[in-house]
Amino acid sequence: MIAAVIPVAMALFATAALLNLYRLTIGPDIVDRILALDTLMINSIALIVLSDIWMGLGMLFELALLIALMGFISTVAMSKYLLRGDVIE
Amino acid sequence: MTINVILEGVISFLLIAGGIFVFIGSLGMTHLRDFYMRLHGPTKATTLGIGCILLASMLYFWGAQGKPDIQEILITLFLFITAPVSAHLLAKTGLHLQLPHVDKTQGRPFELRDEEIGDKPVPHPDRGHG
Repeated sequence: MIAAVIPVAMALFATAALLNLYRLTIGPDIVDRILALDTLMINSIALIVLSDIWMGLGMLFELALLIALMGFISTVAMSKYLLRGDVIE
Repeated sequence: MTINVILEGVISFLLIAGGIFVFIGSLGMTHLRDFYMRLHGPTKATTLGIGCILLASMLYFWGAQGKPDIQEILITLFLFITAPVSAHLLAKTGLHLQLPHVDKTQGRPFELRDEEIGDKPVPHPDRGHG
């Protein structure tokens, strides 16, 4: 059952990533683009975890954790730069 | 690698539910009209969806390898902690940049009064203009 369900979930995540790319392209303001990049990072974490289940490896979690960390830090850095004019005050 | 049928059904349900939640979150971020509305989709629906996916992954590898894995709980905890923080920072940035909003969005926090822009001098509340 899982082998039939994983491609459906992967299709849903890929469509969500395409919608994020659409918002990243047309985003009328820079904050919209930051939000779209953050959501794209989260979708890529989900795709990595799904492909880990699909291949049965069980060893891609460090990669997912690293991408989560980088997504959060880049979002906070860009927001702080736009908010205060400086990243670390 | 033998997995119980009930556990397999639970894992499949969690995978489909997570995919639908993440898709709804991205759909909301694409189709809503306002940045303050668009912020709702990824911060709530996408976080719940990624929680479902990581829970399904943890159950799968628990059933397949016989011992529970702690790393998925670590990723889930990290994402659930950091999603409100980044949403708060993005909302503050949007308010600071004074992004346009539609009329039905409530709250007008950054409208400045005339004297704050500098049209006429502001008297001190105790000393007047002295």
